[in-house]
Amino acid sequence: MKNNQKIYDVAIVGGGVTGCNIARELSRYSLKTVLIDKNAEVGFGTTKSNSGIIHAGHHNTPATLKGRLVVRGNQLFDQLCRELNFGFSRIGELVVARTPEDLPVLERLKEQGKSKGVPGLEIWDKNRLLHEEPNLSHNLLGALWAPTAGVINPYEFVFALIESAIENGVELKVESPVQKIGQEEGHLVVQTPTEKIHSRFVLNAAGIFADQVARMAGLDDFTIYPRKGEEYMLDKRLKGLVRHLIFPVPLKTTKGILIIPTFDGTIMVGPTAQDVGDRHDIATSYEGSHQVFDFVRQICPSINERDTITEFAGLRAVSDTDDFIIGPTKVKGFINVAGIQSPGLTSAPSIAEYVLEILRQEGLKLHERKNFKSHVAGPPRFALQSLKEQGERIGKDSRFAKVVCRCELVTEAEIHDAIDHGARTLDGIKFRSRAGMGRCQGGFCTSRCMGILSERLKIPYDRVTKRGGDSWMVQKMKDESSC
Amino acid sequence: MLGRMEEKYDVVIVGGGPAGLGAALGARDAGAEKILIVDREPEAGGILLQCIHSGFGLHYFKEELTGPEYAQRFIEKVIDQDVDVIPEAYISGVVTDSEGSKRVRVMHEKRGLHTIDCQSVVLAMGCRERTRGAIQIPGTRPSGVLTAGLAQKFVNMLGYLPGKRVAILGSGDIGLIMARRLVLEGCEVVGVYEIMPYSNGLTRNVVQCLEDFNIPLHLSTTVAQIHGRDRLEKITVAPVDKNLKPDMKRAKDVVCDTLLLSIGLIPENELSQGLGIRLDPVTSGPVVSSTLETSLPGMFACGNVLHVHDLVDFVTREALLAGRFAGEWAQGVRRPTDNIRLVPGENVRYCVPHTLSPGRDHMISMRCKEPMKPCKIKIGDLMEKKLRFVVPAEMIMMRLHPDLLDRFHGDSVRVDITPVEAVKP
Repeated sequence: MKNNQKIYDVAIVGGGVTGCNIARELSRYSLKTVLIDKNAEVGFGTTKSNSGIIHAGHHNTPATLKGRLVVRGNQLFDQLCRELNFGFSRIGELVVARTPEDLPVLERLKEQGKSKGVPGLEIWDKNRLLHEEPNLSHNLLGALWAPTAGVINPYEFVFALIESAIENGVELKVESPVQKIGQEEGHLVVQTPTEKIHSRFVLNAAGIFADQVARMAGLDDFTIYPRKGEEYMLDKRLKGLVRHLIFPVPLKTTKGILIIPTFDGTIMVGPTAQDVGDRHDIATSYEGSHQVFDFVRQICPSINERDTITEFAGLRAVSDTDDFIIGPTKVKGFINVAGIQSPGLTSAPSIAEYVLEILRQEGLKLHERKNFKSHVAGPPRFALQSLKEQGERIGKDSRFAKVVCRCELVTEAEIHDAIDHGARTLDGIKFRSRAGMGRCQGGFCTSRCMGILSERLKIPYDRVTKRGGDSWMVQKMKDESSC
Repeated sequence: MLGRMEEKYDVVIVGGGPAGLGAALGARDAGAEKILIVDREPEAGGILLQCIHSGFGLHYFKEELTGPEYAQRFIEKVIDQDVDVIPEAYISGVVTDSEGSKRVRVMHEKRGLHTIDCQSVVLAMGCRERTRGAIQIPGTRPSGVLTAGLAQKFVNMLGYLPGKRVAILGSGDIGLIMARRLVLEGCEVVGVYEIMPYSNGLTRNVVQCLEDFNIPLHLSTTVAQIHGRDRLEKITVAPVDKNLKPDMKRAKDVVCDTLLLSIGLIPENELSQGLGIRLDPVTSGPVVSSTLETSLPGMFACGNVLHVHDLVDFVTREALLAGRFAGEWAQGVRRPTDNIRLVPGENVRYCVPHTLSPGRDHMISMRCKEPMKPCKIKIGDLMEKKLRFVVPAEMIMMRLHPDLLDRFHGDSVRVDITPVEAVKP
């Protein structure tokens, strides 16, 4: 190794919600930290297809690590939201009973939650349930009410985390798939197609690929089994159909198919749970669609697949222990943060705390940074502002008067803001600003967003991508002069 | 005048496409003095500006024009008639006060949030394309799956190709036009897949855009799966059964890097819905009276925001009427409320307008549910007309003379399209 070679204290592999939470937590300390992700932007793996639910914590038994981390994770969100300004709302959750056999399960969940310190759990009878949620089926028998559950905009959350981490000194390397992990003079070396990254600690937060990354380090003690979940997003005109998260009584493998009033005012239904062999299989299916709609109609009869505006699927990183795998390994400095499936999003902030404690025990000195900046402004969200606020915005920056996405009322200023805060692709703009998320699904704004990206990044249209890699949008026409 | 926007108008028109331009001229003919068109694009003309193919104006001008040529004729007339046009502006709301006059809120980069007082409003926002999400095509979400109209914008306005090997789902007119356009630009168009047993485009487009270029049209076939990680790699196509469900046993894969969707248009009524205007679930446009007035007094609608047209010439005709009534309204003319409902009957998907009044000239637009030939259209027992054929893709227009309804007693009249025996030679 050359003398001038930079050695990081911590290299995080994987920029999903787990990796980004750890990166931000580490940025509180005087450390050299780098986050490495294979995609064009952070959060483009499992995180972007997340259901966006902050669980109250009653679903998981305290016998598991995930069961212990989830409640603490939930509690950390108020503070995080104040600092990072992502969309978050504690709308509460209702686990509904469809059969008499479901009723004792509600009691059991309530007791399980109480034993873990989940506040405010109540059993509601049918009348109370239908009074609060009049559009649910009159065949339901009752529900468990969990007021601390909430919904979150998962992309805003990761983007705010990484922005805060970078602001406090963390380096981000995107489009850097890890190819090899080796050891050298008492530290680890992570090789990507363009460079070797030297680091004392390597955190394996590679999600669905975490077992493959572990194998690169010579570890072969766990396997990740991808479990696919399909989600269906419904038109905004259904806003208000349900006001709380609606869960069925949980099944063996999953929490079941849910009705989710998202933070952004749409209704989302899903996810399915299907074990798949292919780690790239994020295809939706006819079977998935039938399964989701047939199921949710039993709970909320007026939901119709014809109101779908888009559908997508994501892969849960299920480990062979069916629990989080977090801890040091035989390879010195290599720490797994793997098997992060539901409730991974909720637990991510407490996972970060947990990982820091492990790092401390493993000998990493954590000295608090004096000038840690905790605040991130968050996106402007023009559409959610009052007329008066909108007028003031426009007065200060006239680009707020130029509408780029008419379905979601996203203005040109917000597209620039997304690029200022790291968007490099159309999906990056979409997930930050909501341009293209509405019912026309980008029919109107795609060419406009491409124009702004092309101008800001100084690249021609044919180099603008949907989400990096080979996801090009257009090609050059035949060169006229060669005809 | 282009770029002028004042505080007070007689008529404000939302949208500067063919409907908006026509409505402005109609309002001027009716004697309205101050007229404003608010358009979100840098230039008026609407979607016509990207329709560089010919075939526009055959009915209205009796000559064949390109889209931009057709638009230009109206833009010149509108400027000539001293109508104000404000481009790159966006209407975020309309409030009606107790006297019925309206305040329109406009967002504009240079003017900020601007409020305009006016007497009447014409909604002419046009329509948008249906997307993949609306018909739930399963599979992955690569780039390369886009609406035909967006592809048209890439090719004709920005000078880029959407891809090289192209499949098209749906035989709507834009898809057919784009099939030909992309072949001319050197792309390979592998086929057009249509779920229905008949084309959804104009017959002339099937002939001139597909048959003349040897592009296969696969009827009763749909795209059942999308494959590809970053970019579209292939699609699975499958014939459909009677219930339009794909028969996966007879499915096959087609390699392509681009899938254009031409699967229908939806009137763009976000603004109308926000204002509480009553919509027709069949047309997805406002319910209108015989003066093309919506359920909100003084607010009129025309063109593709009212119901999707197939020919711009008919949009113009409707817009001139809506503009005329909006112009009259602004000058205080109030007509008696319609007292006859027009009810779609056998093989009629919809009729516009939704109501009629005696003593007035009416132009009725309608579409059939399924193809039929030969057939006759019956409007109650008032009128009957024989047609060689009807197809859902082609709008039917019928003129109802004022004296016909004068003899009418009742509160509704039914429209039916029924088969007639072919005349034997």
